[in-house]
Amino acid sequence: MTALAAAVRVPVATHRRNLAAVTFCVFGLLDIFLFGALAFVHSGDAAFTLSQGGSGVQIPTIRVPAAATCLALGLVSIGLGVLRASLDLSRLSRRLSIVAVLVCFALSLLCWADAGAIPLNVIIMAQGTLVFSIPLILGALGGCLCERSGVINIAIEGQLLFGAFTAAIVASAFGGLWAGLVAGSLAGGLIGVLLAVFAITFLMDQIVLGVVLNVLALGMTDYLYDRLMAQNPNYNTGNTFGNVKIPVLSEIPVIGPIFFDSTVFLYITFVAIVVIQVALFHSRWGLRVRAVGEHPTAADTVGISVLWTRYRNVVLGGLLAGVGGAFLTVGSVGGFQQNISSGFGYIALAALIFGRWTPLGSLAAALLFGFCLELALVLPTVNAVLPPPIMNMAPYVVTIVAVAGLVGKVRAPKADGQPYVKA
Amino acid sequence: MSDIPVAGPEPAPAAPGTPATPATEAGGPAETPGPATSRSRLTGAVLIQAITHGSSTVITILAIFLALVVGGVLIVFSDPVVTRAWSSFFANPGYALAQTWDAVSFAYSQMFEGAILNPATISAAAHGGSIAAIFYPLSSTCAQATPLILTGLSVAIAFRAGLFNIGAAGQWVGGAIVATWLGFGLSLPPVIHIIVCVLGAFVGGAVIGWFVGLLKAKTGAHEVIVTIMLNYVMYDLLQYLLSHQSMLQQPHQTNQVAPFIADNANLGHVGGPPPQAGVGFLIAVAAALGVAWLLSRTTTGFQFRTVGASPSAARTAGIKVERSWILVMLLAGGLAGLSAATVIQGTGTQLTFNSYGTYGPDGITVALLGRAKPLGVVLAGLLFGALHVGGTFVEAATLGQVPADIVQVLEGLIVLFVAAPALIRAVFRLRATAGTGMEAAAKGWNG
Repeated sequence: MTALAAAVRVPVATHRRNLAAVTFCVFGLLDIFLFGALAFVHSGDAAFTLSQGGSGVQIPTIRVPAAATCLALGLVSIGLGVLRASLDLSRLSRRLSIVAVLVCFALSLLCWADAGAIPLNVIIMAQGTLVFSIPLILGALGGCLCERSGVINIAIEGQLLFGAFTAAIVASAFGGLWAGLVAGSLAGGLIGVLLAVFAITFLMDQIVLGVVLNVLALGMTDYLYDRLMAQNPNYNTGNTFGNVKIPVLSEIPVIGPIFFDSTVFLYITFVAIVVIQVALFHSRWGLRVRAVGEHPTAADTVGISVLWTRYRNVVLGGLLAGVGGAFLTVGSVGGFQQNISSGFGYIALAALIFGRWTPLGSLAAALLFGFCLELALVLPTVNAVLPPPIMNMAPYVVTIVAVAGLVGKVRAPKADGQPYVKA
Repeated sequence: MSDIPVAGPEPAPAAPGTPATPATEAGGPAETPGPATSRSRLTGAVLIQAITHGSSTVITILAIFLALVVGGVLIVFSDPVVTRAWSSFFANPGYALAQTWDAVSFAYSQMFEGAILNPATISAAAHGGSIAAIFYPLSSTCAQATPLILTGLSVAIAFRAGLFNIGAAGQWVGGAIVATWLGFGLSLPPVIHIIVCVLGAFVGGAVIGWFVGLLKAKTGAHEVIVTIMLNYVMYDLLQYLLSHQSMLQQPHQTNQVAPFIADNANLGHVGGPPPQAGVGFLIAVAAALGVAWLLSRTTTGFQFRTVGASPSAARTAGIKVERSWILVMLLAGGLAGLSAATVIQGTGTQLTFNSYGTYGPDGITVALLGRAKPLGVVLAGLLFGALHVGGTFVEAATLGQVPADIVQVLEGLIVLFVAAPALIRAVFRLRATAGTGMEAAAKGWNG
């Protein structure tokens, strides 16, 4: 049996290994021959600023020869590709090598974009990346809680949108940003309750349900926006949370201003990532949740309440995604606009799948998406080499290449999407 | 309908009793066959059983009714006169109820008149008016339904093979780009130009769909991620093409619009000029018939359904699962491309950076409401088309008092209730029978 399994599995693993190695090399060649050559044409140094003007420890601007750096980064990628093909790497090093290749790609892209132009402020870019990533991370974590217990959550988009709307209107009407945050979270939780009731109690097809909840959230918020906010600006004042500096940590150069001088949402996100990763994979609670998501009958047999576990996780996930929704209004831009989530929930879903239904994987995927979105925003202002629409395409193209070439087939929790009816 | 204020709170008391329904559902089929088999099956008895036990048609009708009731609550909230009447409900309950009835019935009757039939046109026709005017609302409904039916078919056919196609929007854009480009770039004789453009749109969408299927088959990349990402890629590509005169942008324009396509490439009229139905509607119906034939009468369709039911079983049976994935996504993309053709060639509009509208997401709801079956998709598309027409009509008739957004809520509620037959049974106290639920369209991420 095991011999048979091994015989079946080996070709697949080899195929995957070769494909990944080829993809690494393709990224490396792009680093060298696309960005490197383009940077060579620009013939200049790339400069990166690592400190915000005025405050704190000042770090001198880093200048590197753009073309040479692209060449070096490309060679690193190709080297990793050769390693990937020739060695039987452990799972952790396989995943780290993926991250390394993508980072090399991003750096050489930055080198090319900045060649011979004004210095690029890395701190501001990192902060911008986090701003895009926070709703994606929170949405994906909410989805992770939900799907690990065996309920598919396509309604992340609706949870973000409804959370954003409720946070904005409560914060405006009652003048309390914290009230807005809590209300946004509860609104996400409300969608979670609907998801749970229909999926778990009424055994409804969960993909249909998720799509429908998104349609309903969009319709309701459009309608309420027309009825309430558009007619009365007092319901949409657009106040936002200020930054909270963490006393000592925010003084650390580079890391401080990026991670420890931000809105409360970033800190909630940190806590959520750590808590969920530890709880899911290193606690009895998490073991039970995963058991319910993988094999509910077995879990039920040993006395775990399948339905209660699912209800609890779906609602918890909704509450978390609702916080992400609140960030879209009271955490960043302030005012609500129709369809403000504009597909972020679907990108969060993609991050969840891309990250193989794990909190850390989702985090990495969400950061990748966030970075690409930030890049598309910043690059046209630095060096208008590519027209903005083509630049905007980059995150999505990179995702497709990464999913197809590096990640391949992912396996969802076994019972994900299947309602549980006690025999 | 006069019981709307009563029916509004009515579902609530039923809800606590509902968790028991899965149990009754399990027990239901055991007791029903007894009397049903012993009795001679008269048509009347079958009909009564269909109603009391809730056949899928009955469930659908009740679901639509329930959605309209909930929508009525929204209409009440949007009418200041009615909300004021309700605030003094205890002083004058009759007035509040009458106002509610007036507001709700006015909105829905306007919707009906705008989308289906306006009685005034019949009496006008009887007194020598135009007979065509009677069919004007229905014709606009068909026109609105046309692209929805086609994107709905695109999502539905992929569902049947177990794939979730969120990418109808991107495939729509692919079709639209090719149709527009062929439409203004070539000059061909009348009928030939139409055919070339429609085929081009099919190919344009099919290429995008094929790529998704290819990636899934060759690398295992999940179609949900790839289709979502391709949607954004296609939106950006469209924007890029429309901002360059050398590509798709209309000459002497700074806006992102494509030129009008040649007259020869425009689809003909069936009902009347553009707000009404054109040849596109016939294309949609023909496509639905084609998909129905493919799925139920051909080996390929059988393979699709087998792969959808269980890829591993299909593989064991010797079906090339990967080939089916590629082929079904190619067809799904092509259908979404056809949807673009009916809009670009059928409505006399130019392609702009947001022409894709909500055809893709609407296609998902249409496919789900139609239970991923071609006939169901056509009916669901017609219903949504009618709601769209009715929505704009009612917004105009109430001077914006009832916004057209309400239609989106109605659509969501209808699909929600249709897909949850257990809820409908609980609300209307129907007995349970097996097999009236929505068949699982997709079984989850693992296929």
